[in-house]
Amino acid sequence: MTLLDFARGPAMQIAIIIFVVGIVWRLVGVWALPKKKDLSEPRQKGAWVGGLKGLFVHAWPYKPFVPKVGAQYIIGYIIHLGLFIVLIFGTPHMLFFADIVGFTWWTLPGGVITAVAVVTTLALFVALIRRLVNPVHRLISNFDDYATWFVTTAPFVTGLMTTMNMWPDYETGLAIHLLSVWLLLIYFPFGKLMHSFWFVVSRYTTGSRFARRGGMA
Amino acid sequence: MSDTSVTEIELDYESKRLSVRKPEERFDVQGDMSDDERVEKAMVNFAKDFGRVAATYMEACIHCGACAHACPFYEASGDPRHTPIWKLEPFKQAYKREAGPLAFMYKTLNLKPKVTVDELKDWQELLYDTCTLCGRCTLICPMSIDIATLVGMARHGMFHAGLVPHELYTVTEKAQKEGSPLGATPSVFEDRIEWMGDEHEVEMNVNEDQADVLVLMSSIEIQKYPESMAATAKILNHMGKSWTFRTDGYEATNFGMLSGNTGWQKDMSMKVISTAEKIGAKVVILPECGHAYQAMRWQGANMYGKPLPFEVQHISEFLASAVESGDLKLKTVNKSVAFHDPCQVSRRGGATPAPRKVLEALGVELREAESGGNLNFCCGGGGGVITIHRADTLRYKIMANKFRQLDATGAEMMVTSCSNCRQNFDESGEKLNWGKDMNSLLELVAENLVEEGKR
Repeated sequence: MTLLDFARGPAMQIAIIIFVVGIVWRLVGVWALPKKKDLSEPRQKGAWVGGLKGLFVHAWPYKPFVPKVGAQYIIGYIIHLGLFIVLIFGTPHMLFFADIVGFTWWTLPGGVITAVAVVTTLALFVALIRRLVNPVHRLISNFDDYATWFVTTAPFVTGLMTTMNMWPDYETGLAIHLLSVWLLLIYFPFGKLMHSFWFVVSRYTTGSRFARRGGMA
Repeated sequence: MSDTSVTEIELDYESKRLSVRKPEERFDVQGDMSDDERVEKAMVNFAKDFGRVAATYMEACIHCGACAHACPFYEASGDPRHTPIWKLEPFKQAYKREAGPLAFMYKTLNLKPKVTVDELKDWQELLYDTCTLCGRCTLICPMSIDIATLVGMARHGMFHAGLVPHELYTVTEKAQKEGSPLGATPSVFEDRIEWMGDEHEVEMNVNEDQADVLVLMSSIEIQKYPESMAATAKILNHMGKSWTFRTDGYEATNFGMLSGNTGWQKDMSMKVISTAEKIGAKVVILPECGHAYQAMRWQGANMYGKPLPFEVQHISEFLASAVESGDLKLKTVNKSVAFHDPCQVSRRGGATPAPRKVLEALGVELREAESGGNLNFCCGGGGGVITIHRADTLRYKIMANKFRQLDATGAEMMVTSCSNCRQNFDESGEKLNWGKDMNSLLELVAENLVEEGKR
């Protein structure tokens, strides 16, 4: 079995199992915890509307905060959108998923995907440098922050190397790229990548809690 | 866990800020426990709060550090330790190691080490001196994490581990034993009501057996701003309300909540709730006090264990509905006003529109400060911070920022509806030569009532 066979076979299966089981474990583990009913008289009905609103209002900082954290949000958006575009609209990625789901979709030209990947990788490095240099970030960062950065950045770097034919051996390079993605999936349930789910739960929780009170969150 | 050398310290009545006298020797550790016992107590009491809501928030943090930029303490100090989420580090650490879905992994592999007593002692300053529970950090958080609620929870473990700052512990114990944190015992309260009644020639209703409205006061008002009592009485008499003060249920502040003792928080709330039940009150009016609103309006029913059998209103809400219904007519005040929103009433309480309706009825020109209303910068004195002497320097720095924001409005008159904010403004104003007074919305209304036939 070549490294590519391993990456396409057992490695992928193990990674997907850990990814799915891990996510379910973590979500259910929190949802299984008790929740006390709030007995206070709500100011207004329809807390769930506030919960849904909460999902969107925190997508961009309130006006007084924009000068302070606007740039940080932009870097964040570049990373998130870049990841999404490359993953869904890169032709090789689409073909990979098409094999599983049984249908194809429109993709972006390779050059565009490469450019997006380069920009995203640069944004990831900017985020890393900020984490290392800014005193607040340096203090509050732990292993998870750096591990998350590594497993997110590695697929971009190995993917770009594969596209640009920079590996001594293409097949081994492709295998390394796949393995880096499986590493991301395996790490996903254990660290802060879980924010892909928590952001919805957390924003909804605060949005609905404060909708029944009024005020702002 | 009481220690006479701690509780005997007298209150400082000379200062414009009411607290215990600056202690010559600090006792920031209470009770006689071994270090292991302290950690154990902290863990047990942290664990009580690890429900779904707290867990969701602790899971959701991505360590982006944005919260620092919304925090008045970080903005004033620039100290990374004052980053709001960092203040929760031991609480988060305990959650991940003891309660989270991956706790078995963190514990077995010791990936999250056990919280130590030294860590807890270091965090006392972060959980008490440098957080007013103002919740501005939630506004900036991309995950919308309610850090203030978590800090409030973390204080539970700290209290039971005997790790509350000296002054805050002292006033809390005083409140539990004497019925008031700042010396406003029932007899002091009664005396001062009588004094204010005479002084302002207002009829005071005390200890009525039955009344529709039970009026609470905070000890800051009773001791520092007793005119609030006269003002409230004047307005309620003017409206012809059936109301009363009660010496068995009057203290609106809840230092049990602020210091982190849920049992005492419940005791303090229950005094008011049972008094209101006893006299058949339909409405309980909370005074100009921010955290009192949080304690009774939003946490009262949860302490009681069922919905409250009466309505709870902050005085500004009561006044707003009275002017809206036309029950209260006010003279026009030809001044420009900047209003300082108390965090616990506005942003975290939801009563933000109420004072604005009252100010509109007073016909003033309201000049909103930059980042005002729900986005308001906290005065830096809430959450018990103002009682702690070692927190003074930073509190003044925060207040300097606050003064700049309010001064920038160019308003002639400064108004708020929280007596704790007010005493912070008054004390810091004296220290920093602000040269302005902070006025009470309630007193402004009382001074400008339109008497029938005198319009």
